[in-house]
Amino acid sequence: MRSGKFGLSMGYLAAIVVVGVTVVPLLFVALGGFRTTAQLNTDPAGLPGPWVFDNYASVLGSSAFWTFLGNSALIAVIATALAVGLGSMAGYALSRYQFKGREAFYTLFTLGLLFPLGVATLPLYLWLRQLGLLETFWGVAIPEAAFSLPVTIVILRPFMHAIPGEIEDAAVLDGTTRLGFFWRILLPLSTPALTTVAVLAFVTSWNAYLLPLLVFNDAGHFTLPLGVASFQSQYSQDTARVLAFTALSAIPALAFFVLAERRIVGGLTGSVKG
Amino acid sequence: MTTATTPVRTPERASAPAVTARKHRPGLRRRLELALLLGPALLLFFGFVLVPIGIAAFYSVFNWNGFGPLDDFVGFKNYSDAFGGTVFQSAIVHNLIIAGLSIVVQLPLSIGLALLLNRKLRGRAVLRALVFAPYVLSEAITAVIWSLMLQPNGFADQTLRAAGLGGLVHNWLADPGIVLYTMFAVITWKYIGFGIILLLAGLQGVPAELREAAALDGASAWQTTRHVVLPLLGPTIRIWIFLSVIGSLQLFDVVWIMTTGGPANASTTMATYLIDHGFKRYEFGFGSAVAVILFVICFVFALLYQRFALRRDTQGALTRMVG
Repeated sequence: MRSGKFGLSMGYLAAIVVVGVTVVPLLFVALGGFRTTAQLNTDPAGLPGPWVFDNYASVLGSSAFWTFLGNSALIAVIATALAVGLGSMAGYALSRYQFKGREAFYTLFTLGLLFPLGVATLPLYLWLRQLGLLETFWGVAIPEAAFSLPVTIVILRPFMHAIPGEIEDAAVLDGTTRLGFFWRILLPLSTPALTTVAVLAFVTSWNAYLLPLLVFNDAGHFTLPLGVASFQSQYSQDTARVLAFTALSAIPALAFFVLAERRIVGGLTGSVKG
Repeated sequence: MTTATTPVRTPERASAPAVTARKHRPGLRRRLELALLLGPALLLFFGFVLVPIGIAAFYSVFNWNGFGPLDDFVGFKNYSDAFGGTVFQSAIVHNLIIAGLSIVVQLPLSIGLALLLNRKLRGRAVLRALVFAPYVLSEAITAVIWSLMLQPNGFADQTLRAAGLGGLVHNWLADPGIVLYTMFAVITWKYIGFGIILLLAGLQGVPAELREAAALDGASAWQTTRHVVLPLLGPTIRIWIFLSVIGSLQLFDVVWIMTTGGPANASTTMATYLIDHGFKRYEFGFGSAVAVILFVICFVFALLYQRFALRRDTQGALTRMVG
């Protein structure tokens, strides 16, 4: 009813503007990687002409890019596995066991939502130093998992709580222990919620900058965000190569997003809407 | 574990002895299970979320360079030094400016765009994906992209000149009067899509019948939006403000990579100040005090906001919020 012709064209206009503002910087980076620094200097907003593949080839041929990529992936996988593994166990205990102090434990975890990692990084660094975890992947992955726990539990608990008790009764009658029920029935039934929290934990870890910045000194341990920033300052004279490196670093996140868009958007909006 | 599923074992386990055996010590078994399920998460949470904050509070009353014994107790001197220093004061102001601008600029922009985009447009799915794309990029990549675009006489300047807006060209990252707003623009680019997607989801929850009823009653499109749609978006908007303010208070990655807080501290935020002093200059006692201040500011804001703004939304709104 409200979508008259005028409204619809305004909608398209808004869409074009938003897409333009979003996409142009990404195109600048991706296309810039196919130019030379000289081309970029004389005409920053021009198109590649002729197309140059050296920048991308040299980044893909260097071990640095693949090292950063591998480090990021390894850390994100460890952090996600820890957060989802321990979070689902805690979510099970907090949703399907009756015990004194249950709500207090739950509130404690929800309080964690108020302590984003950024605030605690410096003390965390000192603590990791004491534990001897500096320059290790665990030193980044474990705190990231710990800070992902609150969101994980907050999403998983209501989901697990909503699974009908009859299913559990039936499982117990069939002789399953409660832990067996958790492992063989509850976890498979919780797959949608588990995917959401896994995606959230993974993206958070993948994009983290501050904690790896403090924990890693050795460029061999750098994650992609660290690598991109250091590559930029290292090759500041070679803009084209920095652009190629940046474009390639953006691809995994964008690809992951394309694959998991529903989970990411649904997870964020769904959990906010309640 | 797998044995329990095999048909042979099932009757055996359901037989009387097994049941009585379980009845004998249900308390102990349950407690063990609980400890097994809850223990690891609690350990991780205490060890890496709560303990560091406690450690920070402890270190913050010492003058300490991170090495050697903690023997120079200075009480609250680090705190008074921080609050008394002009750089930290301006850092707080910068964070507040970013937070204020987010609410005054980003929020209306997101609402307006979401309302415009909430139509049956062709290619809606692609549109939503594109709008959301910058949100999934790391702040580090965002910062590098924009550093390159905003180089003097770079892409942004040339585009502005080509569009006849050469007068708008500035020294985006080197002019102390501009740099903070440049940071804000970059953050807006990265996070506006998140706001739009959130609000579009909120708009899905506004029943079409309500709008139709308002229109039948003679309300204009603007009146319907103002008095029917916006109030129903209230919960979404309140959560967005919360996330946005908390994010603004902790702003770090973009600023650190693009300017490290410069020039002349013109873009310093509390977090860059914290890392600059605590980490780069080895003032760990002082840095810890700044960390505690930042933490307390966020915590107090969160509690007050929860108490006064989010309370009217569904119970446990805070607990459903996800960063």
